[in-house]
Amino acid sequence: MAIYALQRVFLSALIIAVAVTLLNVMLHLVPGDPAVMVLGPRATPELIERTREAMGLDRPFAIQMMTFFGNLLRGDMGTDVFTGRSVTTIVMEALPYTLSLISVSILWAAAIGIPLGAYSSIRRNTWIDRVTGVLSVGTISIPSFVMALYGVLIFAVWLGWLPAIGAGEGLGDQIIHLILPAFAVGVSWVGYIARIVRASMLEVMGESHVRMARAFGLTERRITRAYVLRIAVLPAVTLIGAGVAHLFSAAVFVEVIFARPGIGALIVAAVNERNYPIVLGAVLITTAIIVLATLISDLVIAWLDPRQREGL
Amino acid sequence: MTETATYKSPSALRIYLGQLAQNPMGLMGLILVLIVVGTAIFAPWLAPYDPNQIMLGPRMGSPSAAHWLGTDHLGRDLLSRVIAGGRIAMLVAVATLGAAMTIGLALGLIAGYGPKWLDNILLLVFDAIRSFPVIVFGLAVVTLIGPSLYTVILVVAITSIPIYARIVRTQTQTLRSAEFILAEKAMGASTFRILGLHVLPNVLGPLLILASMDVPMVIATEAGLSFLGMGVRPPAPSWGTILNDGYNFIRNSPWPVIAGSVPIILVTLGFTFLGEALRDIFDPKLRRNL
Repeated sequence: MAIYALQRVFLSALIIAVAVTLLNVMLHLVPGDPAVMVLGPRATPELIERTREAMGLDRPFAIQMMTFFGNLLRGDMGTDVFTGRSVTTIVMEALPYTLSLISVSILWAAAIGIPLGAYSSIRRNTWIDRVTGVLSVGTISIPSFVMALYGVLIFAVWLGWLPAIGAGEGLGDQIIHLILPAFAVGVSWVGYIARIVRASMLEVMGESHVRMARAFGLTERRITRAYVLRIAVLPAVTLIGAGVAHLFSAAVFVEVIFARPGIGALIVAAVNERNYPIVLGAVLITTAIIVLATLISDLVIAWLDPRQREGL
Repeated sequence: MTETATYKSPSALRIYLGQLAQNPMGLMGLILVLIVVGTAIFAPWLAPYDPNQIMLGPRMGSPSAAHWLGTDHLGRDLLSRVIAGGRIAMLVAVATLGAAMTIGLALGLIAGYGPKWLDNILLLVFDAIRSFPVIVFGLAVVTLIGPSLYTVILVVAITSIPIYARIVRTQTQTLRSAEFILAEKAMGASTFRILGLHVLPNVLGPLLILASMDVPMVIATEAGLSFLGMGVRPPAPSWGTILNDGYNFIRNSPWPVIAGSVPIILVTLGFTFLGEALRDIFDPKLRRNL
């Protein structure tokens, strides 16, 4: 287990390093001077020269990369073009809002999706199974921003039950402000999770150790809980781990639509003012979190299912 | 009773169509897809008005005999805009998936058939690209080269290449040790002959099924980036820009939001149902990791 974990950690670090390199290469492949891009077309030549020096653009690409990695390891991702504040601080201030949105969304989706999938696999081909199947495909088919727009339309504009703007002040208010956004981000995950749990439940139920348990006369309830569900949730863990990237994408829309602070809102605002250091910093942090989430889900699976460790 | 029973074996296409007809979801998907594709192709003849024409009639009007889906905040006909938006969505889907599939196929063949070190490097790059959140990565690209239809195509193509390349790579690796390939090799066939004549036909099927299931993702990304004002530029009528107009005036009229979102949902349902039916018919073993 320790060797497996170390290998995975090393691989994850390598993936982040490659991702950072790709982003920097991309910046240099684009025709035009990044300094001019940052300053806009009306900048004076002296100002461009000074910005080039400040951004380190006058030095060779390899040196720039080394400096960038060095700074990154010290947690320094450059400074905001306009305010001169540290990018790390700005991104870290926005991060908690997005993380709470994402985790609440995926938690409620799993809390409903796993039992729903498990139940419809036990009651296979009954009406409840069919309804779950149709609902799953239906919710998967609706992109998060469409869901968010309907949330605003129905619950904020028509019914006036829930607030549609901001993140709220104080705990109770914040929870109320989280309901619609978390619904919009999480709802398609109910479908994804229910589907994958149902499929893997059916697969595990056909395995010989389950037949063995049945032969020993264990109750169906005990077999389902102790022998089937435990293995059947593993694909859901992988799905969620790999799905963190999708969650961040969904959070961008939801934060814009509900005017919530967060990484997504930060990036969109930064793109509009062509504030590349902020955009780059936000991409790096989200990418790192995504790689970390994949790593954690891999390790959780290796811990729950020893067979996975062997197949590295 | 001297007549000999003549049995004509049905063509492969007929068998597949028969199987599709027995799958109600798949059939529904096929019909939805045909409607959307047909509308996209014949858009200029189907749209009742010019999608960008600002009319003197009602603004943010509800559906009426003259405007079946109502009008937006500038008095433009929403039905015409939705139809024209479908053309843009289909254009983006075809261009993106074509590019992503071609490049993914080439890289996948190289990774699966080439030397081990190259395979490792490519895998690492694929994993790195896959860990970018598509929309966030897209916004970064928009900052660099500005918002346009081509930016959307570029972003979605880059982020989808690893998915196709990985599938092709896995298939190629299983095939490269298959007996018929080994026999070809023993007879002195060139690498190009093996890849082009024997490996390619075997990987193309799964690739096309994956692509058909990816259409909704591409369309949602295009609509999403356009919604944020980072994709297709207004006044071009993308479903995303229609939704953006609808969001800005959501307290005045629900119709732009409804008009912009229903086609997205229908397209997604159509391609998902069709893709799943195709997968069940052609390759039940193909399972896709999200």
